Amino acid sequence: MITIENLTKRYGTTTVVDGVSMHIPRNSLTVIVGTSGSGKSTLLRMVNRLVEPTSGRVLLDGNDTRAEPAHLLRRRIGYAIQGHGLFPHHTVAENIATVPRLMGWDAARIGARVTELLKAFALDPATFAGQFPHQLSGGQQQRVGVARALAAEPQLLLMDEPFGALDPIIRAKAQDDLLDIRRRFGTTIVLVTHDMDEAFRLGDHVAVMSGGRMLQYGPPAELLTRPADPLVSRMTGLADRAMRLLSLSTAGEAALPGTVDGPAVAASASLRDVLSELVWRGVDAACVTDADGTARGHLTVAAILAHGRP
Amino acid sequence: MRADRLGALLSAAGTTALLSLPFVIFKANRIVPGTPHSLGDVLPAWGAIGCYALLLAVSIVALYVTNPRLRLFAALAGVVVVALAVAAAGNALTPAGNKVVRVAPGAGWWIASVCLGLLATDAITRLRPGPALRVLLLAAALGVALLALAHGTFDHLSIMREYAVNAVRFAHEGARHVALAAGSLGAALVAGLPLGILCYRVPRLRAAVLGTLNLIQTIPGIALFGMLMAPLGALAAAVPLAAQLGIRGIGAAPAVVALFLYSLLPIVANTVAGLKRVPRATVDAAQGMGMTDSQVLTRIELPLALPVIITGVRIVLVQNIGMVTVAALIGGGGLGTFVFQGIGQTAIDLVLLGAIPIVVLAFSAAVVLDALAEVMARAPA
Amino acid sequence: MKVPGVASIARTAALVLLAAFLIWPQRFAPLFVPLTQYGAPPIYDQGNLLTLALAQLGTVCCAALASTVVAVALGILVTRPSGAQFLPLSRTLVNIGQTFPPVAVLAVAVPLVGFGLKPTLIALFAYGLLPIFENTLVGLKTCPPAVLEAASGMGMSARQRLLSVELPLAMPLILEGIRVSLVISVGTATIGSTVAAKGLGEVIIAGLLSNNTAFILQGALVTGLMAVLLYDALTGLERRVCRTVRID
Repeated sequence: MITIENLTKRYGTTTVVDGVSMHIPRNSLTVIVGTSGSGKSTLLRMVNRLVEPTSGRVLLDGNDTRAEPAHLLRRRIGYAIQGHGLFPHHTVAENIATVPRLMGWDAARIGARVTELLKAFALDPATFAGQFPHQLSGGQQQRVGVARALAAEPQLLLMDEPFGALDPIIRAKAQDDLLDIRRRFGTTIVLVTHDMDEAFRLGDHVAVMSGGRMLQYGPPAELLTRPADPLVSRMTGLADRAMRLLSLSTAGEAALPGTVDGPAVAASASLRDVLSELVWRGVDAACVTDADGTARGHLTVAAILAHGRP
Repeated sequence: MRADRLGALLSAAGTTALLSLPFVIFKANRIVPGTPHSLGDVLPAWGAIGCYALLLAVSIVALYVTNPRLRLFAALAGVVVVALAVAAAGNALTPAGNKVVRVAPGAGWWIASVCLGLLATDAITRLRPGPALRVLLLAAALGVALLALAHGTFDHLSIMREYAVNAVRFAHEGARHVALAAGSLGAALVAGLPLGILCYRVPRLRAAVLGTLNLIQTIPGIALFGMLMAPLGALAAAVPLAAQLGIRGIGAAPAVVALFLYSLLPIVANTVAGLKRVPRATVDAAQGMGMTDSQVLTRIELPLALPVIITGVRIVLVQNIGMVTVAALIGGGGLGTFVFQGIGQTAIDLVLLGAIPIVVLAFSAAVVLDALAEVMARAPA
Repeated sequence: MKVPGVASIARTAALVLLAAFLIWPQRFAPLFVPLTQYGAPPIYDQGNLLTLALAQLGTVCCAALASTVVAVALGILVTRPSGAQFLPLSRTLVNIGQTFPPVAVLAVAVPLVGFGLKPTLIALFAYGLLPIFENTLVGLKTCPPAVLEAASGMGMSARQRLLSVELPLAMPLILEGIRVSLVISVGTATIGSTVAAKGLGEVIIAGLLSNNTAFILQGALVTGLMAVLLYDALTGLERRVCRTVRID
């Protein structure tokens, strides 16, 4: 969907993004992770041309993004940022309707879309549509920010530290919501964060940036098992890399055939959680069951541990 | 190389004005209409060419040089050149010993000077001088101007002719102007500081007092003067002692009272704002160490509130210096006397004789008090 | 029904009193007689008070409208990238300009354009620019960066961003600038009578010249009331706008 070719951004003599190339497939959730000053936000902002690259180019479905005026390009791409950036003088409904209005949708279609999105984000339209942003809680404001970014049914959603301003409990909820929204709308998402846990939790592809260069780009497990750079392993954390790896696979994926005597664990649970459960109960094996309770197989501590090694 | 947009605008405006508008106006006497003269008419050829060459150099600096120090230097050089040129024009056009002819700077000179002044101001702004340097720059500029005036450089220009005729009155009215502005400020400080402290301590009082003072500020100066004339006149008539103290319906009394009332709002409001800014923890600590209420006020709260209070004093002083001008209408005196006399006689030189010192006074007060507030805010009290 | 507050009662009373006095000034004559001497007229008789008040209001509003248009346009101009080189100077100029007494601006305008309405309009316009320009600058410069970023990120053009985000957010401050400017204008316009502009200053000046305290007081009262009511009206408008434009 997005092809980034040799993208570079310089401000004077400082190079912020240095020759980055990557391909982001359709329907993926790609997380760009890095410390502050790593160039990750600049890279994201070059995709919707909030920053114009010094050299290199970005292709969207094979077309150079420079082929059309920047503001028209941006209307087709959703954009959500830290601190939400909601318009304080517009109601929640007006905020969500911003891009559809810019694109000239008719009132009925806009109204329907606003209602649909409010419901999707668990905000009762009757209560929230007419409220102003300052009347909402932080978590609600953030949800409206994401709803606004999705309003014009964009194929692509860019998110710059979208959950940075939220406290841990609300952030976990917002992350679940995002995975849910992605399943529901099938949007391709590129998300920038400095939080490695968030990257591993959300991303099916993770790109690690440092000093303007892309150190590694691939599935999260690959970052742990085959780090391309010592800095990548430092950033992903050496001490708990085995546990991180376990958290990337589910019980369903790792289940062995046949059933055993033991506690039942859900197929959707991560291996890390299953291991924790087994240690806690002091048993060696567990039954893996589907959501409807039918047995799917079993797991042993030894089998789980094997998944925690490269 | 890209030209500086501001430099381009100012150069274009200044050059056009110098080339197409009169540099000076010559009048055979104060009343007759004048004849315009360009820079080339009044200066010898080498002088005019020199002037134009120097101003061209200034324009080039304004267009292409980015170093603010160089820009400031060029702009100041330009100001000196046009000032000396207009003085030279005055000397050249005035026959020896003649005190009747009037040579006034023309629109071309004024616009060119304003452009150069703006260029200098822009350079100073970009240099971001500290408070001490700003006051020093002001003092230097005033010093040079006063030296030139004392030396008689500009004696043949019409405004200085008006000064020569009115020298004694000018000194008197100038002193009176300052006295009225500063006196009402002093009175406002004496009354306003305690009132401000009271308003801070008693929040219920705050809205009422500030609301009333706000309302007074809204009333135009001349209207407030007028409203005070009747009661003060009645007071003088009823109480002989008041009359002996100089309180009358017209003159300085209503002016001072009105200025005092206008001055109260900034002083009271800024005292409250300054005290509000004092961190709660600091006051707690002071009380915790056993300071009495009055010790907390004088040693902690007021010193910390001082920068904001000084800002209030700045507002008041600048506002008063302007407002005193209007007092001349009700016989209060001050430099406004020349302004309104000049309006009455359609004599722009007389208007300027009053207006320029007023502007210089207000501007100087603003620069000095701004610098003071900045120093206070920086220094830990 | 809501019980009207003290403020709205005072407002209505002031408005009614002002209107009554301007329409039927002679009815108020007995109040002013004690202030006159030697049988001088107690109510201004050299012109219609209502006409003078309306003339002054007209002058002030015309000038304010022009200053608003120009000041807001300039404020927008110097906050765009293409006008950035003018920004530092504009800020300093606003500071310096406000140390000029409005009367001085009026006085200097007379010799340039002659007596009458023109110098007053010029002075009101020029001086009125400053507070509006200053507040427009502050308003546009203090828009929350996240909001501006979101606006651009969603694909608003520079113009759409200005019209539907920046200006509405700056509106309360711009209105405050207009209010300050109007209050100064009413005062300066009163002094405009010394240069033969039609207005209520005429009444005060006539009183000063003929030593008639009654004239002075009625001129002063009408001008003062007008200024206060204008100030009050603008404050009300600001509150209303602030209610929809909230920046938390």
